[in-house]
Amino acid sequence: MTDVGRHPLIELMTYSEVKNVRGYVGNFEVTILRKARFVDEKECTACGDCTEVCPVVRPDEFEIGLATRKAIYSPFPQAIPPAYVIDIEACLGNMPLACEKCSQACEKKCIDYDMQDREVEIKVGVIVIATGMKVFDPRSLTEYGYTRYPNVITSMEFERLINAGGPTAGELLRLDNHDRPKRIAFIQCIGSRSQRRGMPYCSNVCCMNTVKDAILIKEHWPEIDVSVYYIDIRAFGKGFESLYMRSKSYGIRYMRGLPGEIRMNQAGNLELVVENLQDGSVESHEYDMVILSVGLEPDEGLEDLRQKLSLSKTSDGFLMEAHPKLQPVDAPTRGIYFAGCAEAPKDIKDSVTQASGAVARAGILLSKGEITVEAITSRIIESRCRMCGICARVCPYNAIIFDKSKKQYPRVIEAACAGCGTCGAECPFDAIIMRHFTDEQIIAQIDAILETNPMDKVVVFACNWCSYAGADFMCSGRVDKKFVLHAFKKGAPVVLVSGCHFGDCHYIDANHWTAKRIEKLKKQLEKLGIRSERLQLWWISASEGARFRNVMQMMEEIRSTVTPEEVEQTMRILEEAEAKQVEATAE
Amino acid sequence: MILERRVGVFICECGLNIAAAVDCQSVMEYARTLPGVAFAVVNRYTCSEPGQEEIKKAIAEHKLDRIVVASCTPRMHEPTFRKAIEEAGLNRYLLEMANIREHCSWVHLHDRDAATEKAKDLVKMAVARAIRLEPQTETRVPVTRAALVIGGGIAGIQAALDFADNGYKVYLVEKAPSIGGIMAQLDKTFPTMDCSI
Repeated sequence: MTDVGRHPLIELMTYSEVKNVRGYVGNFEVTILRKARFVDEKECTACGDCTEVCPVVRPDEFEIGLATRKAIYSPFPQAIPPAYVIDIEACLGNMPLACEKCSQACEKKCIDYDMQDREVEIKVGVIVIATGMKVFDPRSLTEYGYTRYPNVITSMEFERLINAGGPTAGELLRLDNHDRPKRIAFIQCIGSRSQRRGMPYCSNVCCMNTVKDAILIKEHWPEIDVSVYYIDIRAFGKGFESLYMRSKSYGIRYMRGLPGEIRMNQAGNLELVVENLQDGSVESHEYDMVILSVGLEPDEGLEDLRQKLSLSKTSDGFLMEAHPKLQPVDAPTRGIYFAGCAEAPKDIKDSVTQASGAVARAGILLSKGEITVEAITSRIIESRCRMCGICARVCPYNAIIFDKSKKQYPRVIEAACAGCGTCGAECPFDAIIMRHFTDEQIIAQIDAILETNPMDKVVVFACNWCSYAGADFMCSGRVDKKFVLHAFKKGAPVVLVSGCHFGDCHYIDANHWTAKRIEKLKKQLEKLGIRSERLQLWWISASEGARFRNVMQMMEEIRSTVTPEEVEQTMRILEEAEAKQVEATAE
Repeated sequence: MILERRVGVFICECGLNIAAAVDCQSVMEYARTLPGVAFAVVNRYTCSEPGQEEIKKAIAEHKLDRIVVASCTPRMHEPTFRKAIEEAGLNRYLLEMANIREHCSWVHLHDRDAATEKAKDLVKMAVARAIRLEPQTETRVPVTRAALVIGGGIAGIQAALDFADNGYKVYLVEKAPSIGGIMAQLDKTFPTMDCSI
């Protein structure tokens, strides 16, 4: 921490938030809101004279309310920067009857009640998101009585109670009578791995955190009886299993199964009602203190930041990576990277590893000083554009700038465009050219394949990533309905469109547009009297070779049901429909 | 105009990977009949140095302006061939690949006739696209050599230090009055049981 404060290349902006982000990879312009701390950060020596005289007492956030602080305070003894801060909501200094005690006490005159929030503009090439997480609030699990029973605490509160710098100077105390507890129980998976309440996922760190906490108790006070109630103990990391075994050697008892309820008896002790998984009987065990091992959730500010940066999230609320295995620290948007729990719950080692990984990835851009954009981006043909704005709406990367009120043609930011082609497929006026994957090129390929023996063939539109690993275009989002209709018009018995599964799309969510488009097209086919079964949409991942085979066998089955007469009829229907459309346009 | 194109088609045997299932000679003869094709040849390994040299030589000798390589997946060697044609003076986007290995010889190993017919179709499609390819220029965009790290917990601290130690300017933004995040609140940390701050 102190290294950060000292490093000449690090500009530390605490008590600050990202207000706005503009620009694109290599060229982000960011507005930072620097909130007033009402104490001169550079001048303050953290002597503490101000705090001593401050009359206002508030719960201390760092100690999770287990201690108090003043209205002017230092967040914790090792804080960086070491400067104090005024909680202006609580401070009496700016009241009509000004208190100003701290200001009088401050020899260096660092306190300024009139300090204002200010905005700072910065320019950066890359962004690393390391916004972390928050812990689950167990009040909603009413059966455990957190906040109702004083001796039911969370694992975070335990951290403060056992810390030598904490509110009890490291003495573990019952919160009701300040006696040292003799029997302590941990309950695991609080808010994690639950389909009903809290989060469905495993929070990754709580098992090992409890193992660690249990060992700390035993090392300090071997006479305390410690039990852990759990679903599974997940000790998967390096050195984890041996720590778990060490904890068992201390006599810590691991009891499989989570208690159904905690009751407080007249002595203020806690009775855990739990099913004995061996004989099915319901037992009750008495403890002096229960520690709820709380899971991790996305930080409250993450959603706001995610929207500012147009990023996606996974179903658990954490940020979605460009690829879950191969690009785990890259955002789908170029130039943005993840570190730590913003991406998923993880422990310190994994957070540090990911942070170094993110910097190394970002370094690829920074070290070159310029980036090359593959020439597969989209281009707007202004003479055809009617300014409907669909392209800007469907772009997963916000790479198309369009403001209807300004009456200017949409503009593609090449550096931000990834070339998925969704805009090209959705544009109703053919006003978008995908460089290197033009309509003309793709239609020529359809023509070529269907020129001879079309009846024997299934035409497949497969994306470059999961489905085909090297095909006709980058994303299923590029599959214009025109291509599909063209294939049927040229005699294709069956057309298959195939891409990555939802959530795996290499272009954020471009395949959602594919799904919508194909669904609409199927309805259109039915209306025209063409069997919609002949158009198929399947998601196939790169690792699903067997699935690809099954899908292709299914295509072959469908193909065998299509007669030459049916194909001829389709060709006729589509040609007539086209002729009608040409007439309508001419009129 | 596109019919004036001079496409060169290079059919790779990939040792026996392709040649065992596909009659490459027959594909080559078929390729020569396609509109726009000025040159077609079979290589033992098109991706090898001699194979690449053959492409470069043919571009010069036969004034080829579009190249089709019928071989493996473009994931494997598209960069190789793009580089080769660039060295021979062609724009790197004037290359098209037909995948006659993963999508043909490997999956139709026991049906030589059908595999050969499919390889011809794939080459035909590739040529149809190749004659319509246009040279493209890649845009270069400058990069501001500075980084923003949002969040001053352990991950953000590590990221900021690594950037700075690499010599880049870093802005580390933290919403709380101090950096440290959740980790600073922990007493000891697993698995080493050492202090968090």
